[in-house]
Amino acid sequence: MLLARIKEALSSLYEDIQETQEAPEAVKDEAAGKVETAAADAAPAAEFQTEESAAEQEEAKPEEAEEPAAEAAKAPPGPKETDYTAKGYHLDVDLPPDKVTAAAEILNNENFFLETITGVDWIDEQQLEVVYDFNHFDELCRVVIRTRTDRNNPEIPTISHIYQGANWHERETHDFFGIKFVGHPDLSPLLLPEDADFHPLLKDFKA
Amino acid sequence: MNGLLQQDVNQETFTLNLGPQHPATHGVLRVKLVMDGEYIVQAEPVLGYIHRMHEKMGENRTWVKFLPNCGRMDYLCALSYNHGYVAALERAAGIEVPERAEYLRVITVELNRISSHLLWFGAFVLDLGGFTPLLYAFDDREHILDLLESVTGSRLTYCYFRFGGVYNDIEDSFITGTREFIKRMRKRMPMYDALVTKNIILIKRLKDIGPISKDMARRYGATGPVARGSGINYDVRKNEPYSVYSEFDFDVPVYEEGDSMARYMVRMDEIEQSMRIIEQALDKLPEGEIKPKKAVKMVKPEKGDYYHAVEAARGSFGVRLVSDGKNQAYRLKLRSPTYSNLSLFDEASRGMLLPDALALMGSLDLVIPEIDR
Repeated sequence: MLLARIKEALSSLYEDIQETQEAPEAVKDEAAGKVETAAADAAPAAEFQTEESAAEQEEAKPEEAEEPAAEAAKAPPGPKETDYTAKGYHLDVDLPPDKVTAAAEILNNENFFLETITGVDWIDEQQLEVVYDFNHFDELCRVVIRTRTDRNNPEIPTISHIYQGANWHERETHDFFGIKFVGHPDLSPLLLPEDADFHPLLKDFKA
Repeated sequence: MNGLLQQDVNQETFTLNLGPQHPATHGVLRVKLVMDGEYIVQAEPVLGYIHRMHEKMGENRTWVKFLPNCGRMDYLCALSYNHGYVAALERAAGIEVPERAEYLRVITVELNRISSHLLWFGAFVLDLGGFTPLLYAFDDREHILDLLESVTGSRLTYCYFRFGGVYNDIEDSFITGTREFIKRMRKRMPMYDALVTKNIILIKRLKDIGPISKDMARRYGATGPVARGSGINYDVRKNEPYSVYSEFDFDVPVYEEGDSMARYMVRMDEIEQSMRIIEQALDKLPEGEIKPKKAVKMVKPEKGDYYHAVEAARGSFGVRLVSDGKNQAYRLKLRSPTYSNLSLFDEASRGMLLPDALALMGSLDLVIPEIDR
């Protein structure tokens, strides 16, 4: 299943986010255990470790069974499956700006295509949100990557070197919101006049 | 020393402005071309000549009042935009649509798709230097415009769909008229085949010209006939069935070659597929209401964001709307298919002869008001 696979791949982006956050000791240990078992799975050559890690896995299982309730209360960051009929997309992924490129690379490896990039001005929270819509040609799987940046100094790394189609979408978002896509080859106005120094979709824009 | 003097004569390039007022750009699109003699080194489309900021308009009027805007973006397939917008709102606000209304939507949208493809066909062959097919295509298209006028009241910038239904029910004359049109169109297609598709001049102008690989189409997010001409079997009507499309039996024409001829063939085949859908829809057309019993006066989607895509004549048209629970949009993003389709023009046209690049541009089926929005 594409959805499950991409969900798992994208959740790997959260591992070091959780570590950098002031996580309780128990969560840290558990995360570390997960990494170890994953490494063991990935490298079958290290046979002498598998027994240990298998034992660890068994130990870890009851812990995991207890976890969900606590996790649900905390609502940890991670890819969230959404109700497709109500929302129109399958996976909702909230990431910090510096993880967007990595996410785009993961999606690119799975042959996703970029539908569009949307900016949203959350003026009350003094934040700008950028939403990336991805979809797949072979199997219906709409993935939404969203990230937020400071409204006064909006900067997000570009993904136009991974998805060339993002070039224009990012330029358009720069036109309308003034978001700087770091590393973008040319952020000159595309849809607005060439000398435009305003960003019309900002909520405090006055014509 | 002066840099100009040092430049190798054989490597000299010059800049050529194609447009904004050029017959082949179908509207006001300017392409800044860096040319090496007759060959294109680099092509930079300059957009925004008819940018009207529909997305901002969406934020300062109610959901209902934005309806007429939809027909003014892709004015050749206005009903697809109508459909995408109302369907997105219906998803967001949970509005039920009577079955008859869905059937009427499908019938009218598919008629609109045929008329759009016919206009493209005429204009495309005109770009390549053939004048006559344009007159034939407009003759056929005229019949569709008359049919749609009788239902929607307008001939080009339709605003026929409403939240939860359609504006007007059809009459028997529309059904008989549509069946007659399909009969007529089936007779015309072999003529187009003989006159244009099998014409050696057209084949030489299109075969192997402007190849777009599967991977390039994906990286740029190309959809619609452009993607299907590159061997990508993707049609929103099949891959993500909306409305009542899952109830019809139709094929998605896919060509592997990726050249301009493949894109031409996809659209010509789609005319027949659209006619099949219309026939089935007319056969199965259920009786009943065309609007919800209680008129939808106030639309207030719950807080959150929603996405809905439909297959417009040029590809996947998507609406991403962000609602803050009010009667108007907090943010309304319109994903127009040609915007992505045109963005690959630079990469695809490099190293091509200028007249060939015009064939490529025509095969992308550009509608500039839709790109600029």
